[in-house]
Amino acid sequence: MKKLIIALAATAAVVGGFAGSASAQEKKKICFIYVGSKTDGGWTQAHDLGRQALQKALDSKIETPFLESVPEGPDAERAIERMARSGCALIYTTSFGFMDATVKVAAKFPDVKFEHATGFKAAANLATYNSRFYEGRYIQGQIAAKMSKKGVAGYIASFPIPEVVMGINAFELGAKSINPEFKLKVVWANTWFDPGKEADAAKALIDQGVDILTQHTDTTAPMQVAAERGIPAFGQASDMIAAGPKTQLTAIVDTWGAYYIKRTNAVLDGSWKSEQIWDGLKDGILTMAPYTNMPDDVKAMAEETEAKIKSGELHPFTGPIKKQDGSEWLKAGEKAEDGVLLGMNFYIEGVDDKLPK
Amino acid sequence: MFEAILLTVITASTPLVIAALGELVTERSGVLNLGVEGMMIMGAVAAFATAQLTGSPYLGILGGIVGGGLFSLLFGFLTLTLVANQVATGLALTILGLGLSGQLGESFVGMPGVRLPAIVIPLLSNIPFFGRVLFSQDLIFYMSIALVFGISWFLFRSRAGLKMRAIGDNHGSAHALGINVVRTRYLAVLFGGACAGLAGAQLSLVYTPQWVENMSAGRGWIALALVVFASWRPLRLLAGGYLFGAVGIGQLHAQLLAQSGGIAIPSQLLSALPYIATIVVLIIISHNRRTTLINTPASLGKPFVPDR
Repeated sequence: MKKLIIALAATAAVVGGFAGSASAQEKKKICFIYVGSKTDGGWTQAHDLGRQALQKALDSKIETPFLESVPEGPDAERAIERMARSGCALIYTTSFGFMDATVKVAAKFPDVKFEHATGFKAAANLATYNSRFYEGRYIQGQIAAKMSKKGVAGYIASFPIPEVVMGINAFELGAKSINPEFKLKVVWANTWFDPGKEADAAKALIDQGVDILTQHTDTTAPMQVAAERGIPAFGQASDMIAAGPKTQLTAIVDTWGAYYIKRTNAVLDGSWKSEQIWDGLKDGILTMAPYTNMPDDVKAMAEETEAKIKSGELHPFTGPIKKQDGSEWLKAGEKAEDGVLLGMNFYIEGVDDKLPK
Repeated sequence: MFEAILLTVITASTPLVIAALGELVTERSGVLNLGVEGMMIMGAVAAFATAQLTGSPYLGILGGIVGGGLFSLLFGFLTLTLVANQVATGLALTILGLGLSGQLGESFVGMPGVRLPAIVIPLLSNIPFFGRVLFSQDLIFYMSIALVFGISWFLFRSRAGLKMRAIGDNHGSAHALGINVVRTRYLAVLFGGACAGLAGAQLSLVYTPQWVENMSAGRGWIALALVVFASWRPLRLLAGGYLFGAVGIGQLHAQLLAQSGGIAIPSQLLSALPYIATIVVLIIISHNRRTTLINTPASLGKPFVPDR
């Protein structure tokens, strides 16, 4: 029954989305598929801000229709195919769960270019793009180790996929670089988006004794709980300072705009190629929200680490690193390969959780 | 720590209990309104907007009740006056509510909310432990408890409640006896909408004082299940709502305690616990078929046209 609702909603969204964009034939269509609502305050909002930046930069040449709240699964394929049929030159599918649907539609429309966020399946007309969020999480871990009195941070995780596990490990690595005894407690909310449940997870962590909070879910509810309980916290995907003016230390902010502009220009001048792009802090696809609510020396340390990561001097996943069970993963000086990071399915030492399989 | 956990459980359970109570009354009158999720989210946005614009969380509560109530009248008009299919209309109400609330609330996204303050009841709140937990709550919690006992009294001790249950069991006979079926059902639908709206107000004023699209995140559907779970009886519903809330919060703590103890319990299994608990209780309840049949409103979901 729920599927039916979703299908109806998706159809309605498609019909509604295209009603207003039939005119202006000369402009190229650069299209976007969103998994959430464009005002979710997190992941999808960040993509939509990127789309707006793109529209603003190339206003005379393009239009940017989008579909919101497209569910992952079979309905996504239908939504993407409609976009392709409507004459889009380039289609961005902005959620990991759109991967197989994008691959299928891309095979049917060889003349349309596709770019899929955070996935790993590419084709001649299908590129992938992702952001090295772990770089930001490493900096957060360092700040946490400086700011936490108890040496225990709480981590609200969504689903046990490599992206999330990588983030947890990067945070713990950053913290351990300051305080080798630092512990990380993880709660799996098993959702990306449920303010109530995210708040419950935050409260559970605080009640169990953590005195600093970070999240890998989409809403500002955990930030709000942290503000009420008077402990510092980190924002996720968007700058969440409004939800905790005296609480947010910094946030990982997804800034897709520059990337969208670069790639759209490539489509317009015909130089677009299928690539698998994984950009980070240095490329500006990821920025840190202002370092606030912390002493100057901690801020200086965070800025220094950020500069080192940007210059390539520091790679967060550099050995010696042991796995959770104590076995060696990386030797001293050895850097993790991208392929291993993208498929990460184990914890490093110091994470106080057993990874759900 | 136990006290803190209990407070979290109360916050998580209250919206489920309130929304389910409203639906219980609607269903007792023989109307199945699957639009609880939609009415709840309309209540949430109405409450948040009212509280923001007036600065008063109490007017916010009123806004939530009115928002949910008005929205339910749309359902009432379609199913009671135009006699449209209740299941389809209820589903449409949910889809419409989710979309419309997103549209109405767009300018409120990201605004810091107005939290409903706690009302500390003198003397009672001095009772160690339970006094602190139960008598230092916000108004909506007190309303939820009053609703449970009020509805229980109304349904099983008052004349009007008896008439309403008669309509729910056999609207043809009730009509023949001269009871105004449509008017009673309108009131029951309105009450259900107001309760769902109040539950929504709890979400955006107490649970997480903010507005984001889809913030009800499926709680309306859980409330619907709770009504069946409670076999249409308010006190069982209260117990069921709190069981559901407690298992949901308990599994988060279980995850953390298991970590400290070095035990690996799959978090997916723990997350599924509330639903597993539902299935177990449903099996136990349905074991005794006669009591289930006695409590189920016999004309639930059936269309009624006077003089047919």
